[in-house]
Amino acid sequence: MSSTTPSDPSKRDFIVLTGQAMMGISGALFAWPLVHSMNPSADVLALSTTEVNLEPITQGQAITVTWRGKPIFIRHRTAAEVESARADDGADLRDKQTDAARVKSFEDKEQSQWLVVQGVCTHLGCVPLGQKPTDMKGEFKGWFCPCHGSHYDTSGRIRKGPAPKNLAVPPYQFVSATRIKIG
Amino acid sequence: MAHGERTPFQNPVIEWVDQRLPIFTLLNKEYIVFPTPKNFNFLWNFGAIAMVMLVIMIATGILLAMQYQPNTMMAFDSVERIMRDVNYGWLLRYIHANGASMFFIAVYIHTFRGLYYGSYKQPRELLWMLGVVIMLLMMATAFMGYVLPWGQMSFWGATVITNLFSAIPLVGEHIVTWLWGGFSVDNPTLNRFFALHYLLPFVIFAVVFLHVVALHVVGSNNPLGVEPKSKADTVPFHPYYTTKDIFGLTIFLIFFAAFVFFAPNYLGHPDNYIPANPLVTPAHIVPEWYFLPFYAILRAVTFDISIPFTHIVLIEAKFGGVLLMFGAVFALLVLPFLDRSPVKSAEFRPMYKIFFWVLMLDCILLGFAGAKPPEGAWVYIGQAATAWYFIHFFVIVPNLHKIEKTLPLPDSIDAAVRAAQAHKAS
Ligand code: HEM
Ligand code: FES
Repeated sequence: MSSTTPSDPSKRDFIVLTGQAMMGISGALFAWPLVHSMNPSADVLALSTTEVNLEPITQGQAITVTWRGKPIFIRHRTAAEVESARADDGADLRDKQTDAARVKSFEDKEQSQWLVVQGVCTHLGCVPLGQKPTDMKGEFKGWFCPCHGSHYDTSGRIRKGPAPKNLAVPPYQFVSATRIKIG
Repeated sequence: MAHGERTPFQNPVIEWVDQRLPIFTLLNKEYIVFPTPKNFNFLWNFGAIAMVMLVIMIATGILLAMQYQPNTMMAFDSVERIMRDVNYGWLLRYIHANGASMFFIAVYIHTFRGLYYGSYKQPRELLWMLGVVIMLLMMATAFMGYVLPWGQMSFWGATVITNLFSAIPLVGEHIVTWLWGGFSVDNPTLNRFFALHYLLPFVIFAVVFLHVVALHVVGSNNPLGVEPKSKADTVPFHPYYTTKDIFGLTIFLIFFAAFVFFAPNYLGHPDNYIPANPLVTPAHIVPEWYFLPFYAILRAVTFDISIPFTHIVLIEAKFGGVLLMFGAVFALLVLPFLDRSPVKSAEFRPMYKIFFWVLMLDCILLGFAGAKPPEGAWVYIGQAATAWYFIHFFVIVPNLHKIEKTLPLPDSIDAAVRAAQAHKAS
């Protein structure tokens, strides 16, 4: 009490500012649990791996499986399809990526016949056509998204239309020569 | 509060309550004797109509919520059960589904009325801006409501619209995952949309309340855009406008009932009677009609915006569309500060009047462009109409007062009304 008078204004400012800062910080800290509660929950995250047996898929055939609620396209590509994808590695691509960078290997052997991509158009999320033999496959013989007209090639790369990115390759690995684990 | 100003009521019960809580005094002041410009036309009905629509939506919505199941396994079937098994369930659902369209019709007419008669100008800027906030909240509510029946359009509409947020640089993907509560539109998404669809109408109700408070502070605009100056310019709200509003409302409800009873699915999309399928996208995704102009603006940006002569992209096409779509609502929000002409009503602004009607046609054109698949000429029509929308608000409106010669304003509302009557009599 001796060194400061009760009306010392600088001390009052300090207390008020500290109080406000603490309220601000605690408000922000408390907001996080509320916001985070809306993020994917543990049970949703737990569903995030799928194993697929590739044996029944013959060459030229494609199947669709679901992983995390999204379609995954698995295409057993023909030699011609792989070749045309590789030939276009140097083309004017919107999202530059070589075909080799979009496939995986098993025991040092490149599995270029297997293309695994998310069947989600990178524009606004429609499912592109091209899985069934009767589907439209677009100008580049891969997939065609009917929503706003995006064309993808046999490597799932965006070639024409509004989509900005290639069809995403999900995280996956070969657990044997004929089995993959997605997620 | 205003102890001295209270005039006692005859009815002893009302008087007892009013002495303690002056709600009857308030009602009398704001809805009975409230001085209102005497020259309203029928466009002034739509505020009251919109209010009634909000009440209808909340009433039918709560009853639907008692039968509806917000779970992906059951949602579609629960809506079918409402349609087939619940007593008058079909009526509740058709009123609610068509009511959303009617609500937008009323609010859009109400808004264009404000644009025409300059109701956004000083001193009604905040009143107008609260109105734009109501419109935004309505859009969010209707969008989430449309997801609830969990048909194909519900699912894919939700997917396409939530994916828009992925366009936001850096954090976009995280925001989308957060909105979904998963890695695609799924049960967590449906649950939260239901919770929010229940909540937002009550938020709308609160903002409508503020809108009306602001209205009663500054008073109504009128077709002349000349503020009332004396008692001769106004009439008490009751019985003059209560009657006029009830008449207008009745006509509107007949129009509404015609849809509910004779064409209940005319405004909907047949694909929404197919249960949601995450693996098959419908051939052509279209939003509800009231979103079509905004959808056209969203799709108008088909090109990346980059630094000239380089490949460095500043704004991706997808993000550009999102920015423009929100920009279209933003233009309305800041309109009070863009328009610098002191004259309110387009009746006295010969050039603005023309531009108003051009804008009106432009919006209709945008609506058509939004409904078509984005191919061929429609892409360019959509782009041109989008460009015009922004030119109107950001180039024409802020500069028009410099060249426009406005017509002489009447001395008062009363003088103008008398002159019109004399003209008719002769
Ligand atoms: C601003 C007011 C509101 C608007 C614009 C609105 C809009 C909509 C729309 C467009 C639908 C889809 C209708 C269909 O195609 O089947 C819907 C469904 C639904 N709404 Fe609302 N709504 C509003 C208020 C409410 C309220 C207050 C509730 C109360 C909880 C509610 C509960 C529901 C339910 C349970 C459904 C699903 C059943 C169905 O699809 O018919 N709504 N709403
Ligand atoms: S969602 Fe595929 S082109 Fe738009």
